[in-house]
Amino acid sequence: MTRLTKKEVLHVAELSNLKLSEGEVKKFLPQLSKIIEYVSQLSKVNTKEIKPTSQTTGLTNVYRENSNELGETLTQEEVLSNTDGYNGFFKVPAILEGRTNK
Amino acid sequence: MNLPLTIKETQEGLKSKKFSAVELVDTYLEKIKKYNDEYKIFLTINEEGAYKKAKEIDNSDFTLPLFGVVGSYKDIFLTKGIRTTAGSKILENFIPPYSATIVKKLENAGVISIGKLNCDAFAHGSSGENSDFGTTLNPWNKEYTAGGSSSGSGAALSSGMSLISIGTDTCGSIRLPANYGYLFSLKPTYGAVSRYGVIAMASSLDTVGPLAHTVSDVETVFNVIKGKDYLDATVTEKSINNKNSKFKIGIPKEFFVGGLSKEIEKNIGEVIKIYKNENVEFIDVSLPSTKYGISVYYIIQPAEVSSNLSRFDGIRYGGLRDSFGEEAKRRIMLGSYVLSAGFYDAYYEKAMKVRTIIKNEVDSIFTKVDALIAPVAPTPAFKLGEKTNDPLSMYLTDIYAATANLSGIPAIAIPSGFSDKKLPLGFQLMAPRFGEDILFKLGKIFELATDYKPKVAF
Repeated sequence: MTRLTKKEVLHVAELSNLKLSEGEVKKFLPQLSKIIEYVSQLSKVNTKEIKPTSQTTGLTNVYRENSNELGETLTQEEVLSNTDGYNGFFKVPAILEGRTNK
Repeated sequence: MNLPLTIKETQEGLKSKKFSAVELVDTYLEKIKKYNDEYKIFLTINEEGAYKKAKEIDNSDFTLPLFGVVGSYKDIFLTKGIRTTAGSKILENFIPPYSATIVKKLENAGVISIGKLNCDAFAHGSSGENSDFGTTLNPWNKEYTAGGSSSGSGAALSSGMSLISIGTDTCGSIRLPANYGYLFSLKPTYGAVSRYGVIAMASSLDTVGPLAHTVSDVETVFNVIKGKDYLDATVTEKSINNKNSKFKIGIPKEFFVGGLSKEIEKNIGEVIKIYKNENVEFIDVSLPSTKYGISVYYIIQPAEVSSNLSRFDGIRYGGLRDSFGEEAKRRIMLGSYVLSAGFYDAYYEKAMKVRTIIKNEVDSIFTKVDALIAPVAPTPAFKLGEKTNDPLSMYLTDIYAATANLSGIPAIAIPSGFSDKKLPLGFQLMAPRFGEDILFKLGKIFELATDYKPKVAF
């Protein structure tokens, strides 16, 4: 059986920008292992010379006319309506050390 | 008043002044207020907006295609000024500044939008139990699931809280709630209906479609919502002109083995007999690789989920990533895993290749038949709580749904009776891409042959 290790689960959580509690790690480990085990049956399928499918529309390079009638754009107020913002800007967490988050 | 169950009945009633649109809204709201606390079907009720629109309809000349039709939307469609949660706490207070294209199209066609419907958070689930706002109960029997992820979209119709509803189907999420609610629904061809303003789950699989009480109503709503949208570059306008007067349906043997309930197998056997009496031909066909459908789906979908949900950073809208529920976290983790260095080729790339094999098998079958018949799910509605501790068993509920999404073809869910426990039974038909008309024709043949009458649970 494909057994994920706790280290792998924590690594994947970090890649996913998720903070898992100890309880969640304990719960997810066997569940994710079981799902990975199930989907691993694909290794039996011969896919030599088969091209991957990423979408089914068959469309490539979709263009449109550039026009003023392409509908409304949102105002600054609307764009910021679901966040606290700061002075008409989005407020992001500080990413440089030694700065306060203001 | 007795609520009308079809668009025709609604519009005739309005035209002949048997009732007004305002009275219709009164009656729907009365029902919603009486049952919603218990059944958890609506997350937000648009009372003020619905009355405003109803008054407009009453003063109109009744010419719009959907005038007076009371509709509701899975809470995954953005509605300007009306809270949209995707069933997740992370969007508990999100008020969209714009509406989804399909919401605009329906409202412009005369639909009275009565509210937003409960669903599994971010459409992750098959039972509605992953909603962060409580589980929708099945109006036919409240101990059972209403089906997911568009759980409210099915239950709103089977409880008579709405005439039509809209859901999304990434792997069965429109068809399953219709199937468990004695309803018709269409999962359209991938790319037939705009997804602008729909909170994305898995972008190469997501489709938008209607649920209703008759084939005609599904068709009428589909005709309003389909078609080009400059805001969604994946939309194509096409339709297959099938002039057949005699149809041939394939029975894929892989869909009638193993875990299928005897009751459903027997019911579909009867459906086939009914069709044969109507001069529809059946042949046995084989789609050997569809057995890998759920494996392909549970690699591709989580991969796309992990990407789509990465935009939730709590900066522009919504809460912090800690407010994701368990299932969202599980899928993000799975997706990150199959996309991560060292595993990409073995899982993600491999799944995309097997998807090609499944798609090719399906395409080649449609050179021999006009449609395929299959169960919607392995069992009738299951009991709430039955699968919540075992994600894999929940995922396998969608084993018959995956083929249509992976190959981008349309599928219609059709009600066909009740189980011993008085739970709805149904089946699905699939057609080639843009072959929706074939499905509507076959659906109508079945309706006529069985003298189908719409039913609500209460």
